[in-house]
Amino acid sequence: MKKRLDLLFQIASLMTLVIALTALGALVWDIISDGASRLSLSFLTNIASRNAAEAGVYHALMGSIWVIALTGALALPIGVAAAIYLEEYGTRSRMARFIELNISNLAAVPSIIYGLLGLGLFVRLMGMGQSVMAGAATLALLALPVVILSTREALRTVPNTIREGSYALGATKWQTIWHQVLPMATPGVLTGLILALSRAIGETAPLITIGALTYIPFAPDTVWSKFTVLPIQVFNWVSRPQAEFKTNAAAGILVLLVLLLSMNAVAIVVRDRHQRQGRA
Amino acid sequence: MKSTGILEWIIEKLLFTCAALSVLTTAGIISVLAFETYEFLREVPVLEFLTGTEWTPLFANQKFGVLPLVGGTLLVSAIAMVVALPMGLLAAIYLSEYSPSGFRRVVKPILEILAGVPTVVYGYFALTFVTPLLQRFLPELSGFNALSPGLVMGLMILPLVSSLSEDAMRAVPRGLREGSYALGATRMQTALKVVVPAAFSGITAAFILAVSRAIGETMIVAIAAGQQPRLTASPFVPVETMTAYIVQVSLGDTPQGTLEYRTIFAVGMLLFLMTFGLNLISTWLRERFREEYA
Amino acid sequence: MTGATRTVPSLSGVVARGGQPPASLDTPVKIDVDRLNFYYGEKRALDGISIQIRTNLVTAFIGPSGCGKSTFLRTLNRMNDIIPGTRVEGKVEIDGEAVYGSNLDVVALRRRVGMVFQKSNPFPKSIFENIAYGLRINGLTRTKAEMAERVEESLRQAAIWEEVKDRLHDSALALSGGQQQRLCIARALAIRPEILLMDEPASALDPIATQRIEELIYDLKKNYTIVIVTHNMQQAARVSDLTAFFWLGRLVEFDRTDKIFTAPAEKLTEDYVTGRCG
Repeated sequence: MKKRLDLLFQIASLMTLVIALTALGALVWDIISDGASRLSLSFLTNIASRNAAEAGVYHALMGSIWVIALTGALALPIGVAAAIYLEEYGTRSRMARFIELNISNLAAVPSIIYGLLGLGLFVRLMGMGQSVMAGAATLALLALPVVILSTREALRTVPNTIREGSYALGATKWQTIWHQVLPMATPGVLTGLILALSRAIGETAPLITIGALTYIPFAPDTVWSKFTVLPIQVFNWVSRPQAEFKTNAAAGILVLLVLLLSMNAVAIVVRDRHQRQGRA
Repeated sequence: MKSTGILEWIIEKLLFTCAALSVLTTAGIISVLAFETYEFLREVPVLEFLTGTEWTPLFANQKFGVLPLVGGTLLVSAIAMVVALPMGLLAAIYLSEYSPSGFRRVVKPILEILAGVPTVVYGYFALTFVTPLLQRFLPELSGFNALSPGLVMGLMILPLVSSLSEDAMRAVPRGLREGSYALGATRMQTALKVVVPAAFSGITAAFILAVSRAIGETMIVAIAAGQQPRLTASPFVPVETMTAYIVQVSLGDTPQGTLEYRTIFAVGMLLFLMTFGLNLISTWLRERFREEYA
Repeated sequence: MTGATRTVPSLSGVVARGGQPPASLDTPVKIDVDRLNFYYGEKRALDGISIQIRTNLVTAFIGPSGCGKSTFLRTLNRMNDIIPGTRVEGKVEIDGEAVYGSNLDVVALRRRVGMVFQKSNPFPKSIFENIAYGLRINGLTRTKAEMAERVEESLRQAAIWEEVKDRLHDSALALSGGQQQRLCIARALAIRPEILLMDEPASALDPIATQRIEELIYDLKKNYTIVIVTHNMQQAARVSDLTAFFWLGRLVEFDRTDKIFTAPAEKLTEDYVTGRCG
């Protein structure tokens, strides 16, 4: 009797995994079946339009690329610098512990709160307006905890014997970090950055809050341009009652997912190549 | 060679500034929210805000009781937790106590994919697939409702619950399990009576983090739950969550500096306090758990 | 802290019980250590060490594991500074200059006192870059030609030039264990230190590689002052001129190598070198 109960329990537990994976499968199938037919080159190169058949994602795709590139440019140096400080300089001080506490709390703050921060601070107080820059700054803050965490892990993989070898030659701390530690940690840092950016590219709420407009049919010209991004365009389409817009939304999602998959694939390739090199 | 001393000092201070930015970010969030909330509360009494049951700031007859939004948030989150918590825990038990390692290595990355899907995609799925599907069995289900986004949100949060619970269970020493098996217990009995209780604070920390995640989720509800603030326990009718309200106003033309504009910060402050409080409790529990098994 | 000058005991004083040393061992004192205590937090790891390291000679530190010989070696180039919570009492002087003085430039110290580690730790870069790194960060060369010259000079000094001259830009990690260690020696020599500290340099190597390292040390002492930590007593006997025996953080006996191994003054030393303990 006991054994039968155990078997039932085992099956029930396994079932939860099966249900979850089936739901994921349903989601993928749903999106593909709704949107695949709409995918075409013109879809990628058209801009927004009130006519569903003529509408495309070009403006939103460009907006996403602009924002993500700028987010990366902001988050990478600051995140790496912060991680270097925490990992190589300040490891045991109370200030460092306080900073670490802040970072782990920030990692769990809902993304829409970052949007409110961006609205009050970047858009209004610092006068950036509803620009690509404001969006990127907001997303950079959102991405920082991830970049810091993965950079710290990458720094930890560098063996201490390398640092000692460098110090013994008369190198200063920064020379050691810049010439030896960072180069060795670079693949891990890049992987972390790409992962952080692949999360950022799907972010909708904070950008809506800072005012990324849902109807702006142009690609950005400069970092001070108004803009929209791919997930917001999808949101815009899905909010319309007409079925053709729902189809557009599904196609837009497919473009987004392809972008995401490519970014993750790049991250995996970078990580694997590094692992192979390390065994040379 | 002394000049290198100064250069090193400058570099260290620069690096420190970057690290301290996180503290500034927290301070920034609190300041921005607090300032606008303060201005808001100068016009709307705190008691009316926190206990009022009608939320109509964008209509002519303005009411500022936030409870409908909180109710909407809690209703959707509760549905999500009904899905995510038991299923996540069972999945974690299976992965930690039953499954062979090859299975784990395949399944875990796929679960991570569930967690990595952008939330707009989940919103689309809830609105265009789940709601019509449910309507076939529940004809009274309205097009916008709490049930559909709740279920989908549960699916999205399941990997979080599963992964954190599994970490907690794997931290439980082998010896405890072996002692139980040696007494003739089945894996189920060992899992439920030995491992889960031992990992209790870690698992609770995971649950609390999941609730916090659900409360803060925006796009799934913005797309599929509706924009009608309504204090109700029915999952079949449209509701509006705190997060969806902020999106609604942001999409509109509300001018800055007005009372209506300030409502999103007041709601945001409430949201921040709720999630921050939950996160602190979760972190505290996780620290305690780590001390037990460090 | 004694303000009075201390007379450094000449070697004849040290070996008073054993007879006259040959004159060649009485070279000038390079490193003078006076009553050194070293602490890891609360724990005292080195207790009242006093010793003089002589120029252009090889001094070996022997003793059982954990007796403090590596810790002491690392105090000589302040490598222990990297470890948090460590503390030093007492005096260490190199050519009369206080190593633990408040305005000592640690970077300059480490340029004069080179170190080779127990497990070879080449940087994951090319062979050339491994050597060039020390030259570059210390600003020791101005032209690429000068750099190439110095790299070749160090690789020759470490007796590895012939083996790597055709693949200078290959990864250092592709070398064998013994080659990597000789590369690390070359790396240390490149910045032209006066003193070379070697922490069990051959313990991870096979007998043939070990022999090459020992021959190298014998050649190097013409131009460098060498201190070598080793747990291998036969190696100490082969390679060194002077030997210091450590036990539980104290210096038990310090004398000419031949004396330590044939007629030591202390019973503990005799027990250790004959294998009766430790």
